[in-house]
Amino acid sequence: MRIRAQIGMVLNLDKCIGCHTCSVTCKNVWTSRDGVEYAWFNNVETKPGTGYPTDWENQARWKGGWERTKAGKLQPKQGSKWRILANIFANPSMPEIDDYYEPFDFDYDHLKSAPEMEAFPTARPRSKITGERIEKIEKGPNWEEILGGEFSKRSEDYNFEGIQKEIYGEYENTFMMYLPRLCEHCLNPACASSCPSGAIYKREEDGIVLIDQEKCRGWRMCVSGCPYKKIYYNWSSGKSEKCTLCYPRIESGNPTVCSETCVGRIRYLGVMLYDADKIEDAANMENEQDLYDAQLGVFLDPNDPVVIETARADGIPEDWIKAAQESPIWKMAMEWKVAFPLHPEYRTLPMVWYIPPLSPIQNAAEAGAIGTDAGMPDVKNLRIPVKYLANMLTAGDEAPVVTALERMLAMRSYMRSKTIEGVIDEAIAARVGLSGRVIEDMYKVMALADYEDRFVIPTTHREQVEEAYDLRGGCGFTDTNGCSTGTSKGSLFGGAKQPLKMPTEAM
Amino acid sequence: MNTFLFGIYPYIAITVMVLGSIARYDRDPFTWKSSSSQLLRRKQLVIGSVLFHVGVLIIFVGHLVGLLTPIVIFDALGISHSAKQILAIVAGGIAGIMALTGGVMLFQRRWVDPRIRQTSSVADIAILAILLLQLVLGLGTIPVSIVHADGHEMVKFMTWAQMILTFQPGAAEYVAGAAVVFKLHIFLGLTIFLLFPFTRLVHIVSGIAAPFRYLLRPGYQIVRSRRQTALPESDKSKTTPAE
Repeated sequence: MRIRAQIGMVLNLDKCIGCHTCSVTCKNVWTSRDGVEYAWFNNVETKPGTGYPTDWENQARWKGGWERTKAGKLQPKQGSKWRILANIFANPSMPEIDDYYEPFDFDYDHLKSAPEMEAFPTARPRSKITGERIEKIEKGPNWEEILGGEFSKRSEDYNFEGIQKEIYGEYENTFMMYLPRLCEHCLNPACASSCPSGAIYKREEDGIVLIDQEKCRGWRMCVSGCPYKKIYYNWSSGKSEKCTLCYPRIESGNPTVCSETCVGRIRYLGVMLYDADKIEDAANMENEQDLYDAQLGVFLDPNDPVVIETARADGIPEDWIKAAQESPIWKMAMEWKVAFPLHPEYRTLPMVWYIPPLSPIQNAAEAGAIGTDAGMPDVKNLRIPVKYLANMLTAGDEAPVVTALERMLAMRSYMRSKTIEGVIDEAIAARVGLSGRVIEDMYKVMALADYEDRFVIPTTHREQVEEAYDLRGGCGFTDTNGCSTGTSKGSLFGGAKQPLKMPTEAM
Repeated sequence: MNTFLFGIYPYIAITVMVLGSIARYDRDPFTWKSSSSQLLRRKQLVIGSVLFHVGVLIIFVGHLVGLLTPIVIFDALGISHSAKQILAIVAGGIAGIMALTGGVMLFQRRWVDPRIRQTSSVADIAILAILLLQLVLGLGTIPVSIVHADGHEMVKFMTWAQMILTFQPGAAEYVAGAAVVFKLHIFLGLTIFLLFPFTRLVHIVSGIAAPFRYLLRPGYQIVRSRRQTALPESDKSKTTPAE
């Protein structure tokens, strides 16, 4: 047993309102630079839809994630190391920028500088790559917003597999949900394993997956290797970039920007202890539907005395163990079993988990249109097909998703009975295998979602593993090249010619 | 002039290449990259890039082995000079045409496609043009070589290269009488060495190192720790997940 700690995230899709505040704040902090205008480390998709980049879930096309070979060996879906190296001159599985969208801006200046004309001046779009006029914008980072576009295109969504999808194109049966996506900071990252340079690594202390910008050579194998398409090639710097889980913030005990600014309070951050020695076997289960359970088996109970003792021996700081015991991630993923990994069949053991959304049911149930099970609506009649959610979260296994949805319905039912009727009905809790006390805890964490219940983040203890004396006078967080401020006037070796624009005092 | 171009210039070019590359790798590793433009336009890149790179690599290895292997080894192996000359013409010719075809495809794409053109630096375009010119010059030596099919000219170039590399004086005399196209080819080749550290060509070093790094890496994953003293080994020998 080798215990490591990981900062995990859970997103409660039941509460996501699709406001994109996470995406916008993330963009402003991390990707408002040349070369990554098209990149959204965090994006929110409307589902069902083909997403961003288009069709990202189609791994037959992009070859992301891992596969179990006939011989029972785990290898990147792109192929063995030799196969990946053979693609170094041109990566056949890499998306083009048009699969994301060509970044654009508008001629805002024209609005105030236009001469007097017959027609009202308009701000027309321009490409952020070539600077040329774009006559018609044909794609954006959220092109299917609120079911935009034809159903025939959106229904190419991979999660419709095994579903008679035609009826969901009808107005009466249509459904939708939001899916905010960011890097999964996987336990078994496929990006890191496809990097020939070895530039992508997982941090031992908090599990954050990062790209060493000085070691990245731009071979681009990670872009296709990541099944979530959450590695972006910066066409300006020639390096790959990805979500950093806002590590400078996490290290100081603050939530990521996307979590901090989430209006719906749907995001949770907490510590999970896991056994690094179990990862290989867990990712290599023969049956894809066993992968979710296998990943649960990798996590370690932070209240188990043996685990605590081993964690100490493995150098996990005391407050990290305590944080693991109070982790909202542990509660939702392990105790209540309401959160699930996104596409466990990619075999990457992702660490950003999702609580499936409930969907309209009550009105129809009250009208007697659908069956109820002893006062509780049957989740099989939810507007969002359970199979659809299962295809997304449990490799198609419906039972765990059904349990989670029933528990969420039971929570509502129990609390309604308690607060409106003043009756504590333990039977509701018992029917979904919980107790009233647990349901009230669920209600506190999932419904009220106070700041300190959502974010249980211990600070990083660099002082325990490093010689702090050597760090004095260091330059903190920088963007490549040591302590350079990036203000040099240009470099002999083709570095940035433009100095960083620093804020200056307004005259 | 001949002595300068073929006796002194080689040392200048190689020194700049080696020291410049070391300095860049050490001082500015962020700029060390392949500068791929595949994201912006895939069209024409896949075929063009593979043809170009495979062709250039064959030519590179051919020049390395062909010029720097001491002639006594070929004699000992029983490979006649004319056989070696024919081999060089045929293999180099095929690889040269491959590289030139791919290179023209890449250059056309870079020059014409606004996405690539706008995002290219002067150095990106210039170095590709120089490489294409060098390929044309290299292929242009074939008619001359066919005239010297016995390989005596080739032996002179081998001697020159080996003398340069072993710091023997008087190397330049061996190429003094060579055809102009050969002289231009050698001069431009040395100039490419000179430009190497200041262009994207530096990715060649990483490209050659990548297979070794990747194949020799135990397993697939990399975990980094700030820990200065290693933890005791876990009871399972492999701590890197997934191999």
